This record gives sequence, C-alpha cells and structure tokens, in this order.
Amino acid sequence: MSDAVLSTKNLVKTFGALKAIDDVSVDLRPGEIHAIIGPNGAGKSTLIAQIAGALRPDAGSVWMGDRDVTRLDTSARARLGLGRTFQISALAMEDTVLENVLLGALGHSGKPWRLFRKVHADAELRARAMAALERVQLADATHTRTSALSHGLRRQLEVAVALTLNPRAFVMDEPMAGLGAEGSKVMTGFLDGLRQEAPILLIEHDMDAVFALADRISVLVYGQVIASGTVDDIRRSAEVRRAYLGEDA
Amino acid sequence: MIAERYINAVVLLGLLVVPSYALMVDEPFTITLATRAVVLALAAVGLNIALGTGGLVSLGHAVFFGLGGYAMGILAFHAQTYAPLSLGIFEIGGTKSMPIIWLVAIVVSALAALAIGLLSLRTSGVYFIMITLAFGQMFYYFAISWSAYGGEDGLSIYLRNDFPGLNTLQPMPFFGLCLALLCLALILHWRLLLSPFGLALNAARQAPQRVETVGLNPMRLRLVAFVISGAVTGLAGALFADLNRFVSPTMFSWQLSGELIVLIIIGGVGRLFGPVLGAILFVVLEHWLGAVTDFWHVWLGVILLLIVLFARGGLLGLLTGKEGPHV
Amino acid sequence: MSTLLLIEQILNGLQFGVMLFLMSAGLTLIFGVMGLINLAHGSLYMVGAFAAAAVAGATGSFLLALITALAAAATAGALVEIVVIRRLYRATHLDQVLATFALILIFSEGTRWVFGSFPLFLDIPDALSGPVSLPGGIKYPLYRLALIGIGILVALGLWWLTARTRLGIQIRAGENDREMIAALGVDISRLYTIVFALGAALAGLAGALVGAIQSVQIGMGEPVLILAFVVIVIGGIGSIKGAFVGALLVGLTDTLGGIFLPELFKLFMETDAATQTGSALASMAVYILMSLVLIWRPTGLFGARA
Repeated sequence: MSDAVLSTKNLVKTFGALKAIDDVSVDLRPGEIHAIIGPNGAGKSTLIAQIAGALRPDAGSVWMGDRDVTRLDTSARARLGLGRTFQISALAMEDTVLENVLLGALGHSGKPWRLFRKVHADAELRARAMAALERVQLADATHTRTSALSHGLRRQLEVAVALTLNPRAFVMDEPMAGLGAEGSKVMTGFLDGLRQEAPILLIEHDMDAVFALADRISVLVYGQVIASGTVDDIRRSAEVRRAYLGEDA
Repeated sequence: MIAERYINAVVLLGLLVVPSYALMVDEPFTITLATRAVVLALAAVGLNIALGTGGLVSLGHAVFFGLGGYAMGILAFHAQTYAPLSLGIFEIGGTKSMPIIWLVAIVVSALAALAIGLLSLRTSGVYFIMITLAFGQMFYYFAISWSAYGGEDGLSIYLRNDFPGLNTLQPMPFFGLCLALLCLALILHWRLLLSPFGLALNAARQAPQRVETVGLNPMRLRLVAFVISGAVTGLAGALFADLNRFVSPTMFSWQLSGELIVLIIIGGVGRLFGPVLGAILFVVLEHWLGAVTDFWHVWLGVILLLIVLFARGGLLGLLTGKEGPHV
Repeated sequence: MSTLLLIEQILNGLQFGVMLFLMSAGLTLIFGVMGLINLAHGSLYMVGAFAAAAVAGATGSFLLALITALAAAATAGALVEIVVIRRLYRATHLDQVLATFALILIFSEGTRWVFGSFPLFLDIPDALSGPVSLPGGIKYPLYRLALIGIGILVALGLWWLTARTRLGIQIRAGENDREMIAALGVDISRLYTIVFALGAALAGLAGALVGAIQSVQIGMGEPVLILAFVVIVIGGIGSIKGAFVGALLVGLTDTLGGIFLPELFKLFMETDAATQTGSALASMAVYILMSLVLIWRPTGLFGARA
C-alpha cells in the first residue's frame, strides 16, 4: 500500500440524499493499469472528479505518493504529476492540434507568464509537444484545427496532452468512448505500452479493453467498491456477476 | 473573400490617408472625427483583450475609461488652477504633460482592474456580467457625488495638454499621437496572442477544465488579461478627455460600457482589427445617421440586432467569410 | 436623530425595496427559467410608466392607467419575446447582452420619437394622496404605504403562483429540465412567452407605480435595472425568495445609507467634508454590500451551489 502512486482513503461524497461515493479506498501502484468498472450511475465520474480535484470530498482523503492532496485544487495536482483525460473531449476546439499539446507543454514548463515571446518559437516547448503528438500518431495533423478532427483522433489528442505533462500517474475517463472497434484496438495497444511509463487508473465501459489491459479491477456499484482483484478474480466473483450483470448466481 | 490582413492594411492606410486629405483641404472637423474613432478604437482594443481573447464579457469597462479620463481631468485641473493635489500625507502639483498623465491613467486603471478583477472573477457567466455592470455604476455614482471635481457637471480643461516637441493644440499632431498609441496597443494585443500567455488565455476561454488539468490556473490568466485590458482602456480614457477637453461622470456610464462591446461586435469579436473597424463604422454611422435623423440610435439598435442574429463574425466576418472565435 | 425620522426612512427603504422586487422578480424568473440575461427589462418598466402617464393624462383614471401599464408592458414583452428573444435562448451570454442592449436603444429612442424628450407626469390618485397617521404619531404618505402593500401582495401572489398552480409547477420544472417538460407535452415556447410577459407586466407595474412619485422619462428604466441586477446577484439568480430578501436589503441600504452615512461622518469630520464623504460613500453602499455578499457567497444568498 505504501508504494501507491495515487490512492484514495475512505472517500465519501453525497448529493442530497444520494451517497454517490460511499467509503471508497482505491490505489494505483507503479507499472499497473487499475480499471474501475461499474454500471451507469455507480459513481465513477464522481470518484474521478474527486481524484482530479474538481470536486471536494465530504470525508476521506486523496493521496499522491505519501502526500495528502485532498485540499489542493486541480492545477496543483496536475503540477504534482496527475495526468487526466476527459470522457468528453475538453480541448480548445478553435485552436490547432499543435496548440493543444503546446498548452500541455506550457503547463509542464510552468512558465505561462512570458507575455512577449512567441510560443511557437520556443524550441523546448515545441519539442515536447511534437514528441507527444508523434507518440499518439498525430504528427501529420499538427496544424489541423481541432474541431476538424474526427472523434477518434480527438481521443488520441486528449491522451497526447496528458503525455506532455510527463505525469507520475494517469487518470483516464473512458478513453475508448465512442471509438470503433479499430480505434479501440489502437488505443488498447497504446495504453498497454504506456503503463511502464506511469500507471493508469482507467475508467472504462469497454469490457474487452478492460479485460485485455487491466492488472487489477475494482467494481464500483452504488458508490461502493464491492470487489477488487485480478481479472480472473473479478470474472469468477459471484457477487460481481450478481450486482453488475444482474444475474442470479 | 478577402484575407484579413489585407483588410487590416486597408483600414490602417485609411486612417492615415483620410485625415491627411482632410488636412490638405482644411477640414479640421474630419480630423476630429477620425481622432474620436481612433480613441474609441483604442478603448475597444483594450476591452477586446479581455472579451475577445479571454472570453470575459465585462459590461463595466467604462470604469477604466472614466478613471483614465479623470486622471487627466484631475491632474490638468490642478495644473490650471495652480492648487496642489493633496494625497493624504503629501502634496503634488498637477501636470499638463501627456506622458505623465498617460502613465497615471494606466497605473490607476490597472490597479482598479486588479481590485475589480479579484472580486468579480470569482464568479463567471451571467454573474460576471452583472457584477462588472454594478461596479461601473458604483464609480458612476461616486463621480456624480464627488463635488470637488465637478460632480455631475464634470470638469472642463481649457487647453489641451502638452507633448514634448509637438503642437497638440492642432488637430493633426494630436491625431498622430492617438494613432501611434492605437498601433502600439494593437502590437501589444498581437504579441500577446502569439505568446505562451495568449495561448493559455485562449484555451482558458474555450476549455477551462483543460487548462486546469495541465496545471495552470485559469483565474490568474484571466486576472492578468483583465488588468492589461483595463490599463489600455484607461489610456484611451485619458486621450478621450484630452480630445474633448472635458470629463464628466458619463465617461463611467453603463451605456459607454455597452457601446464599447458594440464596437467590438460590429467589427468582429476576438479579431485584432475588429474594434478598429467597429469604431470607424460607429463614428461614421453616428455622424451620418445623426445628421439625417435625431433618432439614429434606433437604427444602431436595428443594425446591432441584425448582426447578433445573422452575422456573428461582424463586419470582418462578412468580409473574410470566416466567423472568428466564439465568445 | 429622532426615532420618527428613522421609522420614516425605514418605510421609505421598504417602499423602494418592494418596487425593486417587482423588477427583480421578473428578471430572476426569466433568467432562472430560460437562462436569459435581459438588459431590456428596464425598457419594459419605462413602457409601463409611459403607458400609465398617457392614459392617466387622457382619462384621469389612475386605475385605468395601471391596467393599461400592465397590459402594455405584457404585450410589449410578449412581442419582443416572439420576435427577438426566442432566438437567443441557446445563444451565448454575449449575444444576449448585445441583442437586449439593441432593444434598449430601440425602445428608448422609439419612445422619444413618440412622446418627445420632455418628462411626463403622473399624479397620485386623490384617494391615495396625502399623509396618513401611523401609531406613534408618525405621518407618512398614504401612497407610499400603498406601494409597500402592493409589493407584498405581489410577492405573496408570486409565491402562490410558483408553489401552488399548474403554471408554477411547469415553471419550476422548466428551470430544472427543459427537455423533460417538453417530453411531458408542455408547450415550451408558449410557457416561455407567458413567463416573459409576466415578468414584463411586473416591470411595467413597477414603472407605473413609481412614475407617480418620480417623473416619467426616457432612460428611467436603466438605473433601476442595474439595481435589480445587484438585487438578484445578492439574492442568487433564479430565486424569487432571494430576489425579495435582496430587494429589501438593497432598498434599505440605499435609503438609510444616503441619510445616515453623512450624519455618521459628522461625528468625527467637519460638516462639509462629512457630507461630501458620506454621500459619496452612500452612493456606493449597495455595491459594497454586493461585494461583501459575493466574497462570502459567490452565488448569492439563495443561489444554487456550483
């Protein structure tokens, strides 16, 4: 437990009468992909929002390594090495692909206050940005306006922006969402190689991808982790089948 | 469709040629009109940095315009009455020197923008609009009730202020000064757009959560943009006061804040020359329609309504066939 | 400073407050239900005042004037909603600001075209003129007291409308989920027109009522509109309860500040300087109040979180 790169301890979040997150403790260790699965409305988005710092938990804490980041905001957590991707692409749609990754590089450099230098002329930023684009095979689309990208390419760009941060941990919210079979395969292969660089907390609906990628799976139902273990453990768990698939065991 | 940079070049050229021609045929009033357009354009360029690039719909930019105006009015008033200006513990004399007045106008409006920004940027969307509007009103009523500097009647300055080496009493040199400052402000905005800061600010308008997730603070980006924006509009206020040799609380009025936004929209929001084109169009409309009918504001309203409903990119959008950034 | 004066000023503040409430209720309802920021709400206030002054001038009947004001403002509101506002619900705030700013220009100059630049006057009806004696020997204008009464009645009526009627249920549902109530078969665009006309009618009523104690002139709506914005920012946008509390707070702060701040400064300053500083500060008091509320609660007293 102590070697966890990212962890939550007894998180609680309620909205009115609804307990969206009820005493959730999950962790992410070096080199692994830890998938969080669960039916719609199980609280996955609420969990991720609290880990990323967009939502304050009512109780419990969020840790990056041995540092308590519960009271830090999103940007502070990002500076500590949290790389997040969004379920619905959050990109600057009017800007080019390059400009979106440049933004990431800028965040990594921590120097957004240079008011009179040309951002495109900064070799260091540019190199970092281009490296990220090449890794997700978007180097051809460098100067394309983001709004002109296909849905699948936008998902890849999301990941590229996170890559520019050199994060210590990735938190990815449904990176396969809306991708076709082919796109999912490409993304799966890519994430597979990425885990050596930094572990990934993966929220995903695409079960083929989850079973192909995950080292560990936690099942979230009605705000509680009802099971956690290896792929085989989860496949075998009667409780998971009952709660998640609605089957009689 | 015409490339935007050609239109920009034509606009700049027009701003040089028309007043020069007016000078040759001895039509000083045309030069005054051109100066009015240039100064309003400068104010709107300031607003465009916050509104067009930063996405901050400030309905209170008249605050900075007015502060710039009163910075000029108060300093020149003390210079013309030879009464020292008391600042609590120490006293300073007034001044008729434009560079000093400009500096004071810039600093004062930047400080005000910092204070107003710190408060109002805690909110967003429609709250931000209403709060900036309310701050504008606060300064307006303060100026009205502050009788030491003319209260509701305002302050008249008998002679235009001085600039080293130029005869500012003549319309053309003063126009030249204003145009030079407008060009500087345009260069400032242009360089900002190309800078790391501009990239981040632009992204903060389009996808604020994204900016946060890369470790930047959108609120700080917006605050800096708001301060720069306020400072430029403040400088325009000082020039406007010098153009009219008069300041009054109407410089703080919410109608003025609204008109500054209108200038940007009819020109093309978020585009470098949008405010310039808008200001020229506005002054031309004001002059021509104003001569035809006493009720030219009705027609301005109709034109504005048509632009909002049917021509989102303003005049530059129509000419270039591209809508431009969304705010 | 006597108690009598204090009570009189508190009543003045309440009277101002309830009139602000009439303006703010419509604004906040329109924003809450349709997500629209309407700068032209002040123009509807002006329309009400001008309609009342014109009718009262022609017929001499104050009641008829009030009814006309309500009808004229509601009609103008419905018309504007159908012709312009309807196209703005999905537009950005900037577009809404601009389009409604354009409407102000058209309304103001249009009114000047019809009525000329000179202010009109609307007389207080005989039945309500003169002072009335209150317990404790206070004499207070009956008309202003009536305004307070009307304001409170309207507040109760609005509460009843939103809490107890079918229309109210639809309005509240519309605040939460546009698609849902459309799916339930409610005619959304008709609902929006009704809400907009209702807000307009309240603004028109306020304009007509206030018109009898101030002059009826072009541009009379905008200062009130901006104070109404302050009210709903303080109260929380979308909340009628917030609008009521905010309106009374702003009304009292503005009225009492203007009287008592100069007096307060006289305690430790020379008379001239105290009057100057006090009245300057008083003119900013409501905005300072707003800033304080915002520092404390960025979404207002009764506003939704987030």
